[in-house]
Amino acid sequence: MQRKFILSNDYVFWEALNKVLSEPSQDFIELIKKSGLRGRGGAGFPTGLKLELVSKNGLGEKKYIVCNADEGEPGSFKDRELLFNHTEKFIEGMIASGYAVGASMGFIYLRAEYKWMLKNLLNKIKQIREKNYLGKNILNKNFDFDIEIRCNAGAYICGEESSLIESMEGKRGEPRNRPPFPVEHGYINFPTLVDNVETFANLPYIVKYGDEEFKKYGTQKSPGTKLFSISGDCPKPGIYEFDLGCTLLDLLKACEATDVRAVQVGGAAGVTVAPKDFKKSICYSELSPEGSIIIFNKSRNMFEVLKNFTDFFKEESCGLCTPCREGVPKIAEAVDKIIKKESIPDSHIEVLMELADVMKVASKCGLGQTASNPFVYIYKNFADNHHPF
Amino acid sequence: MNDKHKPILKVTINGKEYETKENETILELAKRNDIYIPTLCYHPDLCLSGVCRLCLVEVGGCRALQASCSTPVLNGMIIQTETELVNKSRRMVLELILANHYTGKSKCDKTLSCELQELFIKYKIEESRFGRPKEKRYKILDNTAVIRDNDKCIKCRRCVDACECMQCVEAIKPMYRSNELSIGSVFDVDLDKTGCVLCGQCINYCPTTALVEKESIKEVYEALNDPAKHVVVQTAPSMRATLAEEFNIPAGRSSTKKMTTALRKIGFDAIFDTNFSADLTIIEESAELLSRIKKKFLNKEESSLPLFTSCSPGWINYIEYFYPELLSNVSTCKSPQQMFGAIAKTYYANKINIHPKDIICVAVMPCTAKKFEANRPEMRDSGYKDVDYVLTIREFAKMIRRSNINLFELPDSDYDAPMGISSGAGLIFGVTGGVMEAAIRTAYEVVTKREVPFKNLDICPVRGMEGVREASLIIKNPIDEWKFLDGFELKVAVAHELRNAKKLLDSIKANESDYHFVEVMACPGGCLGGGGQPKPTNVEIRKKRARVIYEEDRALPYRKSHENPAIIELYKDFIGKPLGEKAHKLLHTYYTVRRD
Ligand SMILES: Cc1cc2nc3c(=O)[nH]c(=O)nc-3n(C[C@H](O)[C@H](O)[C@H](O)COP(=O)(O)O)c2cc1C
Ligand code: SF4
Ligand code: SF4
Ligand code: SF4
Ligand code: FES
Repeated sequence: MQRKFILSNDYVFWEALNKVLSEPSQDFIELIKKSGLRGRGGAGFPTGLKLELVSKNGLGEKKYIVCNADEGEPGSFKDRELLFNHTEKFIEGMIASGYAVGASMGFIYLRAEYKWMLKNLLNKIKQIREKNYLGKNILNKNFDFDIEIRCNAGAYICGEESSLIESMEGKRGEPRNRPPFPVEHGYINFPTLVDNVETFANLPYIVKYGDEEFKKYGTQKSPGTKLFSISGDCPKPGIYEFDLGCTLLDLLKACEATDVRAVQVGGAAGVTVAPKDFKKSICYSELSPEGSIIIFNKSRNMFEVLKNFTDFFKEESCGLCTPCREGVPKIAEAVDKIIKKESIPDSHIEVLMELADVMKVASKCGLGQTASNPFVYIYKNFADNHHPF
Repeated sequence: MNDKHKPILKVTINGKEYETKENETILELAKRNDIYIPTLCYHPDLCLSGVCRLCLVEVGGCRALQASCSTPVLNGMIIQTETELVNKSRRMVLELILANHYTGKSKCDKTLSCELQELFIKYKIEESRFGRPKEKRYKILDNTAVIRDNDKCIKCRRCVDACECMQCVEAIKPMYRSNELSIGSVFDVDLDKTGCVLCGQCINYCPTTALVEKESIKEVYEALNDPAKHVVVQTAPSMRATLAEEFNIPAGRSSTKKMTTALRKIGFDAIFDTNFSADLTIIEESAELLSRIKKKFLNKEESSLPLFTSCSPGWINYIEYFYPELLSNVSTCKSPQQMFGAIAKTYYANKINIHPKDIICVAVMPCTAKKFEANRPEMRDSGYKDVDYVLTIREFAKMIRRSNINLFELPDSDYDAPMGISSGAGLIFGVTGGVMEAAIRTAYEVVTKREVPFKNLDICPVRGMEGVREASLIIKNPIDEWKFLDGFELKVAVAHELRNAKKLLDSIKANESDYHFVEVMACPGGCLGGGGQPKPTNVEIRKKRARVIYEEDRALPYRKSHENPAIIELYKDFIGKPLGEKAHKLLHTYYTVRRD
């Protein structure tokens, strides 16, 4: 069901925070755990559990909160909306999280392409600080917390949390070996909570309405609502908020798309869904709830679409590990051939499918693990004798 | 936390249960229990890896395979090291590497130590289903002693780690992204402009032949074939303990008396020993140490202490570039290699009545920085280039193979006199702590006229493979000249690998330490882990090499440099006094700031 929860306008800054700061930090963590909220940045990790891990790790040490505003997934622009028009919401979530885990510093890691809103963000932070919602001894609750902004230099991989942290430390943006995870060894080796903008923006609402109310939206296993950035072939592209558990049919109806050949759910790293699967529900157990929804109608050559995605990965692989660095170009080469209508023997397609399988399990990070998805999905669902139909 | 109090973890590998303590990776646990897992980017001497993805294993509950080299074990973990998926993935990784690995038209040299080649053989991978690169894409970078051919590079980053974690130089980095990624000097400048100290550790850790030393084999053969030239060779102390490894003999076997025969067979005119000039270094350096101590503690004058040893050219390059403010602390003694050259083309030339221009001085060294050192413009005190060519031990092994010599079937032979006569003190220069030990053996005796108070002359506190070792020695009952040193506590430190040298330098700069004498070797384990040594290397191998050296020292007739009769004669007939005029001209040098 479509609704306005995160995007609603009946939001009063500080209401939730006032409550959180008046209670023991553990209460907030328990509340988020009970709510069943899961990360909106892609991996779907239970947010309450992450809060708890960071709060328990490294007693007495410094800790950090990082808001992942890298939004690098092609076709995703819902974080942009939150960053620009709902700034206080996710900042309130960050402050509450800082209080809960015992951090006094937070960072917003901003996508390079969003630098244009830097001034606006800094201004808002300044205003919030002036009201003493940020800074020293926030509203006399004996809690210090402040926020700085760091900008990405433009690499997609820096949205991955450990690369993000490396990049924040001034190093080459590349994934770390995990474990240890950021909740244990994060920014300059201190426990660090990295959450997506939308995840943070959910927190004030859960505080305000309670976990029971929150769980009324969505499904039992995937509670809450989700923002979708819908683009591509439809008359009404834009940002939509739906209950988790909705179907692609619901989304397509809302944006009035017709004559759809395929929907890309989750951007380049996501899945290409054919019409037979449009009734699958979007939730953590079926179609993974990603922010980017790209619609392709029947005029599209799906192999051109595929080429776009593989070229994207060829550009964005950080080059660290063998399967992704060497594998992505092999897939891209084949796609180029297909587009030029050069023939590829079936036996080689089999080799490529084997490569795709291996990349999924052997690559170091999510990028390489998903980089072969478009090839596999599009080839399996949309190819007919290597020719796009 | 004490190891004893750590909980015991139970881990299942391939159906069998193993026990372990925390902080162990899956790979370490497997290796300890003789379970094979292939690796490429991992090396026990270097930092955690996780780059190549060859060491993948299945871990129960994980969707993706895990890199065993960088995944810590957890209690109850269920690990499979040889499933179909694991093997399919490993083979795919190797195939992908091969698909991007250009070796030219010729097949690889099978005699070279190449871990990649071994893996291809093990996994029976002859061709890649993705084809092979058809042409060269990278320029061979050969303007220093360390040559890089990125067409053979598999981007495992072991060189980067060696340079960064072990040597704290950070001359090379991964650059660019995706399949454009390449390893090279920062900003693509020439390697010699990056602070690279030419230690060659990057070569030692490279699992392929993307990194090799610049060879001088051709020039040496030319000299050998020139009847007008008298070609002398000096062999570095550590070589006798490591050369055998080049011929597939496990570390720990000496080849002292065989390699001399091999050198003769190859055609060198005189077979000499760098141990001889190491003894000479000890005479000069211990005199220098004592004179600096006298200046400070008796004359109460300004004198730079601690004194740093100067025999490791990688170390000299490092301090010239990174800590030039401490250059006055470096001993002005030339390294044994260069002392040898200066003496060979003066004293020895005179003795055998050959004009120094007709003498070619070849050095076989465990070291790539020695090549750079020999080419320093200041190293021409004989009036000629003191050392003409430096071969690494690996290059020398190539020459042996090329001559079809079977090293261990050769008869024994000895070094030639006079510059082949040496003591055990000169020999232990090959291992970290050795220069320190040799210097103390002599300096203590100079000051007290008694032997150092250590059983068998083995100064054990400065031995071992700890990165930094400290020791002190109280001087008792010195002779009259050194009376002021009665009860003096001589404080010394030993460091190997530049990261450990850096620790010492920083503490000295911050006035947090009061050493009098500090030995630094740039390479792990000292010269026996040098950048020109046989591959592979690891701490176990280096310990075995060290054992050979110490055992051989123990068995030698002379154990102290000042007892070497050839050295005594050299001073009597030619040099005069240590630190005297001639010594200054031929045996001492100066340093320059290498950083702009
Ligand atoms: C290649 C790659 C790119 C990613 N990019 C983003 C991103 O742009 N924004 C984001 O929030 N998470 C991104 N993630 C996921 C993060 O690693 C991390 O899981 C997330 O920030 C955690 O926040 P959450 O728990 O709120 O979902 C990316 C992951 C991968 C593997
Ligand atoms: S999977 Fe790709 S992006 Fe991730 S570490 Fe490997 S090369 Fe880098
Ligand atoms: S020779 Fe030594 S300093 Fe130079 S790049 Fe190699 S490891 Fe680094
Ligand atoms: S040069 Fe050698 S050690 Fe360095 S990345 Fe390439 S293959 Fe690895
Ligand atoms: S050996 Fe473990 S990833 Fe390379």
